[in-house]
Amino acid sequence: MMGVFARVGAAVRIWLADVGHATALFVRLMLLGPACIRRFGLVRDQMHFLGNYSLAIISVSGLFVGFVLALQGYNTLQRFGSASALGLLVALSLVRELGPVVSALLFAGRAGTSLTAEIGLMKAGEQLSAMEMMAIDPVARVLAPRFWAGVLVMPILGAIFSAVGILGGWLVGVVMIGVDAGSFWGQMQAGVDVWSDVGNGFIKTVVFGLTVSFIALRQGFEAQATPEGVARATTRTVVMASLTVLALDFVLTALMFKL
Amino acid sequence: MQRSKTDVWVGMLVLAGAAALLFLALQSANLLSVSWQKTYEISAYFDNIGGLKKQAAVKSAGVVVGRVNDIRFDDKNYQAKVVLALDVQYQFPKDSSLKILTSGLLGEQYIGIEAGSDTANLAPGDKVQSTQSAVVLENLISRFLYNKASDGPASSGSQ
Repeated sequence: MMGVFARVGAAVRIWLADVGHATALFVRLMLLGPACIRRFGLVRDQMHFLGNYSLAIISVSGLFVGFVLALQGYNTLQRFGSASALGLLVALSLVRELGPVVSALLFAGRAGTSLTAEIGLMKAGEQLSAMEMMAIDPVARVLAPRFWAGVLVMPILGAIFSAVGILGGWLVGVVMIGVDAGSFWGQMQAGVDVWSDVGNGFIKTVVFGLTVSFIALRQGFEAQATPEGVARATTRTVVMASLTVLALDFVLTALMFKL
Repeated sequence: MQRSKTDVWVGMLVLAGAAALLFLALQSANLLSVSWQKTYEISAYFDNIGGLKKQAAVKSAGVVVGRVNDIRFDDKNYQAKVVLALDVQYQFPKDSSLKILTSGLLGEQYIGIEAGSDTANLAPGDKVQSTQSAVVLENLISRFLYNKASDGPASSGSQ
């Protein structure tokens, strides 16, 4: 009987300590923002690594998501004789939901895993300990630039995803199927609001950027310093980042788009 | 050399992101038509606004001349107070009338403004007197059914 209490207690204690460590790391990374701007070279190199190399997968996925949205949307809308609202459907679903969420999931898979593996291997190779020996703070020198690069790059990727997706929707809807171009853009422009749709989508990408970069870095930083440990941390990055992004998306949508 | 090359690539990425945002703001959301053109506000009371929403268009002869800025319930006279922001370049006579219309059969509702014949124009803060409420489908149907019901027995009784 006492054993049960002890196990529950231990689990809660460990969980609380985990939350505490994560929060402390998050606060430190946030506070290191100004320092990162002062040494922007480090951040820029990471932006190049995280952003430019993710650009291909982001834009190709965006294009195909736009294609599929236009096909499926047209299929459903023309049953109600409102195929002219296709542009609105494509733009709203991309700008509000699919753009931020899918690009965040892709970012977690493409860039988050590489961050985790990199930090994890640095830890396994005791590079981080070596830095500490030289009185260089690994959080400031290694984690913070990567974190801020991820935060800066994610909104850019999200915006590109949505824009390319809308172009893809236009390509299939207008050029291929033959929906009237005027009503495609006209309905879109009448129905999409700059602040409540595009702006809120942008805020979502910023939040997802914070989430995914932080989860990836923390998983790498806390990984067990063994090959299996790094492998497990990488897997956990994808799983945790995806679930957190989806859950946060629900919360953000409920807050932003109340009717 | 290595440094400057990275700079170029990151710069291009940032510019591509900015271009994408600009495209979303201008082409899909039409930021320019929302615009910061100067407007003047007038208000009007409606018995029933139906499904009118904030930001709905105000049209005259089918052309958008303004937006609905605010909709509030006035508990003094139990009517809806609607504040319209009209474009400064469009002036309407003081006795213009407002109607809540629907685009298409079941589409968005908007306000149609019909010019009157007064020589003085509406000034900022003015109240439009003549308004016509939205057509509420349920009221229409119940009135129709009521008429039918009252017709039915009377016509059969006369025979």
